[in-house]
Amino acid sequence: MITRNSRFIVTIVLIALLSLALCIYFPWWMIAVVAFSVSALVDQSPSKSFWCGFLSIFFLWMALTSIIDSANQHILSQKIAKLLPLGGSSLLLIFLSSIIGALIAGLASLSGAYFRKLLKS
Amino acid sequence: MRFIPFILSALATIGLVVVLNSPINTGGTSIPPLGKFLSPQVGLWQNAKTESFDAANSIQFTGLRGKSSVYFDERMVPHIFAADDRDAWFIQGYLHAKFRLWQMEFQVRAASGRLCEVLGEKIGNASLLDRADRNFRRMGMVYAAENELKEIEKDTMISEAVHAYTDGVNAYINNLEESQLPIEYKLLNYRPEMWTPLKSALLIKYMAFDLSGKENDFEFMNARSIFSPADFDQIYPTRHDSIDPIISNSAALQAARINLKLPANVDSFYLQGYDTNHVQPLEPHPNNGSNNWALNGHRTVTGKPILCSDPHLALNLPSIWFELQVHTKNFNAYGVSIPGAPFVVIGFNDSCAFGITNSMRDVRDYYEINFRDDSMKEYFFNGEWKKTKFRYERIAIRGKPDFIDTVAYTEIGPVVFDKHFDGSRTTNGKYYAMRWKAHDPSNELKCFALLDRARNYNEYTSAIHFLHTPGQNAIFAAKNGDIAMTAQGEFPAKWHRQGDFVMEGKDSSYFWQGMIPQEENPHQLNPERNFVSSANQYPVDPANYPYYLGGQFAQFRALMINRLLSETTGASLQDMMKLQTSNYNLLAEMARPVVMRSIDENNLGNSEKKYFELMKNWDLQNDPDEKGATVFLLFWNQLEHEIWDDEFGKTKLPMLWPQKGTTLEGVLKDTSFKFADNINTPEKETVSQDILAAFKKAVPKMEEAESQGNLAWSRFKGTRISHLLRLDAFSRGDLDVGGGDDIINATTSTHGPSWRMIVQMSDPTLAYVVYPGGQSGNPGSKFYDDFVSDWARGNYYIAWIMKEGESKSNRVIGTLKFEP
Repeated sequence: MITRNSRFIVTIVLIALLSLALCIYFPWWMIAVVAFSVSALVDQSPSKSFWCGFLSIFFLWMALTSIIDSANQHILSQKIAKLLPLGGSSLLLIFLSSIIGALIAGLASLSGAYFRKLLKS
Repeated sequence: MRFIPFILSALATIGLVVVLNSPINTGGTSIPPLGKFLSPQVGLWQNAKTESFDAANSIQFTGLRGKSSVYFDERMVPHIFAADDRDAWFIQGYLHAKFRLWQMEFQVRAASGRLCEVLGEKIGNASLLDRADRNFRRMGMVYAAENELKEIEKDTMISEAVHAYTDGVNAYINNLEESQLPIEYKLLNYRPEMWTPLKSALLIKYMAFDLSGKENDFEFMNARSIFSPADFDQIYPTRHDSIDPIISNSAALQAARINLKLPANVDSFYLQGYDTNHVQPLEPHPNNGSNNWALNGHRTVTGKPILCSDPHLALNLPSIWFELQVHTKNFNAYGVSIPGAPFVVIGFNDSCAFGITNSMRDVRDYYEINFRDDSMKEYFFNGEWKKTKFRYERIAIRGKPDFIDTVAYTEIGPVVFDKHFDGSRTTNGKYYAMRWKAHDPSNELKCFALLDRARNYNEYTSAIHFLHTPGQNAIFAAKNGDIAMTAQGEFPAKWHRQGDFVMEGKDSSYFWQGMIPQEENPHQLNPERNFVSSANQYPVDPANYPYYLGGQFAQFRALMINRLLSETTGASLQDMMKLQTSNYNLLAEMARPVVMRSIDENNLGNSEKKYFELMKNWDLQNDPDEKGATVFLLFWNQLEHEIWDDEFGKTKLPMLWPQKGTTLEGVLKDTSFKFADNINTPEKETVSQDILAAFKKAVPKMEEAESQGNLAWSRFKGTRISHLLRLDAFSRGDLDVGGGDDIINATTSTHGPSWRMIVQMSDPTLAYVVYPGGQSGNPGSKFYDDFVSDWARGNYYIAWIMKEGESKSNRVIGTLKFEP
């Protein structure tokens, strides 16, 4: 029997791992497909589902971009952050990237949860 | 109604994905598809990854013949050890694409008038369509490249090289994943096209435009409409007093093989006639020029020749040059290549070194065409109506329907200016066909292919004979001790002032009557003075040459280089570095005594006195922190206005501003210089009065610069290296660099030495090199601009001329292996 808390965490990890793997071969918006599908399979409230998707991609993208960025010594991120313009702040660029991914995954998870409800009814 | 929340959230998700997967156009600037662009696995972050080399696995391509290896040194310079020549060219194409794909494609886009396709019709308020694309189409760039390609295809060696190079570029593109696209493609949201041999030919034509696309025919027509012939000759002389030509003390060349026939009305109509025009063509950068020189063993400390070369071009990132070593069993060349074409262009091999500077000769003229009517279908030529050929230029424009430009082609060439094209400038409604040497069939790439493997003077000579346009002063130094210089190119044999003005096109009487035979090009092997040099000055004394040279030649760098070289004995490589980065201002040296004589310090105010003292005590070096250099420049610019504004203010038509050397000659002549007088005042001003007035008027500008903390020369000049898209974030600004216009270190604000090379022809060869950029075209790489600071400081790197069997050296930071 899985507790609700651990279900929440397992879902987050599942979305992150599947997104990471599938985005190697498919377009970036696979994160939405993954978040939707996983949330449609796991029984959770819509609001919890939203946060699952949101947090999953937020942390995944933040981790990925941070690792790349520190290995790159912020060379590119500072330039792009000047261009966009984000005042040349690498952190802001990482944050913006992560939030955008998180929003999409969150909304997709929400849709997934509603979809599950629709089927059950 | 349980489906409503699902529908809403699903729509929101899909909507957000669609919006973030599409580019956003906000009027002028376009924002890339943000979701895609910011995603860690396909977007910009992938461009932040360090260069990786999979040394364990070979890259396999069916086109290859044998096993080859590429070793990258600590500056990311590739050393190609290829199984055979063809494989070497394939690999060069592959590497150019790997490091510079976006740049090489973009440059060819510019050359072929296809920028609007990816950038849209306008940049800000400027019309990219009229200013760039239509201009390049109408001047026949693609037509010229097609003619070049026909010659390439006829030549077994060059055809094989260009096709192998193309295959190499395409091998890279075919294996390129979206995540690995250069960042510029991601920003502008488009994808690379396949490379073709025509694109390499287009790049050669872009060089021809950049280095031989300069002429002043319309500006001279305008000037002639307001100046008397005598005044015109003084303002735009065809020979200067202080002349130090490339080929020194040349005897007069009498046996000119082309007997020039002057048109019957040349004096009455052409040279004296008055006509007004309002056309100003798109022009390459006026500072495009270069230095090169070579000393033989009598002047060097080792007794071996030293060759130095530094081409001056627009300072851009990614850099115009890509450094490499190419080794096959047939040759071993080191130097710089141009992304987009095979071969080393400026460099050296195991036997000799070679470099080029621009010839500055005028090889582009305009003829007035008389069409029967506005349809341009027939034109009058040699007493009859001839049929026009048309070329329909379809220009794709991002976000808009295609634009079709119809260009009429006569026997003379493309009718660049007509009733439908004024290039957002005012025209007089006349038709002008362009006769440009770059349209003629030629095979310039063969020059570099053969130079890369040249072993001696004779092979150098036969190599450079393939270089027709742009004409270049080709320098040579060999291990056997030979040094040589040739004012190389295929130049039209012109009569005096032919092509300085637009010409009559109703018959062939004003046509070029032939090309100067190659052996009549000024050249020199092992001259008595023990050095050869060129810096875009007159190739020979015009008085000693039977053909008209045309063009505007530089003066001061050449005078300075030759002065320093003739004083040089026992030269070391370090001496040559000092010379190549010299900031000495010769113009100021020649002008300052007159200034000091003309201004009485007692008549100056306190602030004026301060700046006067700065100029007086200045050591004439345009070093980064020198204030005197800024004071002198502000004064000199003002003096030119003091002298010429009255004459040039007579018209709003564009005219060519007189050269500094011409103004200086007038200033030194003093009382006999008629243009010192301001024609708008009743009194008769003298040179001294002009100097005093100019100085007083310049002082407020000096005060302004000082109040902004910009009086130090490098601050005032503000050298920057701009990304090709002019994106500040990808550019390097405010470099602390000295030098300037007409100074050996020819670094101005946006232009300068684009490759500094010093080669000692000893055993082993010793070479010092640097360029203002980096090997990688990726702004996210530390190799993007890692040479810039050293270049700015005047530092050099020792080129690693790698030998076979050195692959285990700790200088190797990466390896790529190729096999069939």
